[in-house]
Amino acid sequence: MFVKQLSVFMENREGRLEKATEILKEQGINIMALSMADTMEYGMLRMVVSDPELARSALRESGFSAMLTDVLAVRLEDQVGELHSLTLILCAKGLNIEYMYSLVSGERKAIIVKASDAEAAATAVLEGGLQLYGNEELCG
Amino acid sequence: MIWNETKECMGRDEMQALQGARLVKLVDRVYHNVEYYRKKMQAIGLEPGDIRGLEDLTKLPFTTKDDLRDTYPFGMFAVPNSQIVRIHASSGTTGKATVVGYTRRDIDVWSECVARCITMAGLGREDIIQVAYGYGLFTGGLGGHYGAEKMGATVVPMSTGNTKKLITMMIDFGVTGILCTPSYLMHIAETIEEMGVRDKIKLKASLNGAEPWTEKMRDKIEEKLGIHAHDIYGLSEIMGPGVATDCRFHRGLHVHEDHFLPEIVDRETFQPVADGVTGELVISTLTKEGIPLIRYRTKDLTSMDHSPCECGRTTARIARFTGRSDDMLIIRGVNVFPSQIEAALLEMGGTTAHYLMIVDRVNNLDTLEVQVEVEEHFFSDEIRALENLARKIEHVIQQAIGLAVKVKLVEPKSLERSMGKSVHVIDRRKMD
Ligand SMILES: [Zn+2]
Ligand SMILES: [Zn+2]
Repeated sequence: MFVKQLSVFMENREGRLEKATEILKEQGINIMALSMADTMEYGMLRMVVSDPELARSALRESGFSAMLTDVLAVRLEDQVGELHSLTLILCAKGLNIEYMYSLVSGERKAIIVKASDAEAAATAVLEGGLQLYGNEELCG
Repeated sequence: MIWNETKECMGRDEMQALQGARLVKLVDRVYHNVEYYRKKMQAIGLEPGDIRGLEDLTKLPFTTKDDLRDTYPFGMFAVPNSQIVRIHASSGTTGKATVVGYTRRDIDVWSECVARCITMAGLGREDIIQVAYGYGLFTGGLGGHYGAEKMGATVVPMSTGNTKKLITMMIDFGVTGILCTPSYLMHIAETIEEMGVRDKIKLKASLNGAEPWTEKMRDKIEEKLGIHAHDIYGLSEIMGPGVATDCRFHRGLHVHEDHFLPEIVDRETFQPVADGVTGELVISTLTKEGIPLIRYRTKDLTSMDHSPCECGRTTARIARFTGRSDDMLIIRGVNVFPSQIEAALLEMGGTTAHYLMIVDRVNNLDTLEVQVEVEEHFFSDEIRALENLARKIEHVIQQAIGLAVKVKLVEPKSLERSMGKSVHVIDRRKMD
């Protein structure tokens, strides 16, 4: 039901992002979606990758602080009103969206959503008639 | 176990008589053998005969680090170089190095003092001890080494550098004791956790010195490693590590008073203060031959306690150091010690003891930024949670020092780990 998202804490220092992507490349890990949230001092790199467990351990070994978080990958069509149908469902249940970003990989189009309550959000989305991707489907 | 019961458990009257007699001889020795002291005493009209015992101690002038720098390199030596068997030097973050010379007997006394300290930490002949201080001009490595050997332990001279190798040997040899700086031991403890080998470690006790640390940090080290961590005090000008250590009751550090005469003086008036009152620690080296010092101002701030200790030793105890008068920062008129920040961070839990204070001056106003490494389990993928954490740390530090502070979270292990002394402060105000 959930997708394991890889989150990496990153100081705003020269070369940190380059180092992180180098490690992923060396491990043969594909990045399917990515978002970068930043503050004045540090950034949070959030990614959906082909092998989250391997990515996390490889990054940790190199001194990065990395963690896996459960997020939803909601399947959406490329047409007007799709995103609204999702926000409407979540809003109706009183669920907050912490952050969201889009994923387009091959034929797969989805919105990655971190909601205040992941379980409740997943149930609401499915009840509302939308579909969720799991890690296997995204990586397959 | 007590290494030298005769001296460590001596009656107070007897100890004072011994100190008095040794002081008289010391003054006589420096007057006749060190031109610098002779001139200093003559300048205030003092002759060796004027010092008849402990009661005359305060008539003597102080010695400071500047005196040692002014006489660089060998000007304060009281014996010819043919009798000096070893030299140590402290780098000194500012200015010239200070050089100290040891006679063979000085080395013996030093080893004796360190042996007393290691015994005080509950270690004995059957123990295997890693010395993980740097070996070289710094007194930590060789000082710890000779003392541990004198006591009869099996010594592993690790020095510093390769932490994984140190831990591997710790496991393979069944090491039970370690001597190193507290921040390095903390780093070792973290590495042991990372390697997941905590249950393979046989460590019982540590002696940690060369930098100030807090009671909270001791608790954390003791908890992480399941050991007793002892504070070992010393400074190269006086001898090196081994001037004082705390016993298993951790109620201050027993000074080896038959060799080092301690006084606490007020930081402004330089008059002696009563037991329990914090001031600057001043030491006279009662038995040192190579470079005997009279009333040396250590710049370390502490207080003294003469009440009997549960361990049976009668020697005076000095309190855990609140800081060095050197380390004290004045930020917007407020006195701040790095150790206060450290205590506040450990109090909060969750963060490691690794931090860096950056003091700057922006538009004529002092600013304090504290960079804090945050343990991995604290991280969140939500910026808001991290911001809340930073605000919470700011609040805790602010409560502790009474100054507004900006906290910057940094990646774990990104702040420099030093094998010798930790750098906890960068003061950019001085760079103008
Ligand atoms: Zn203890
Ligand atoms: Zn005691």
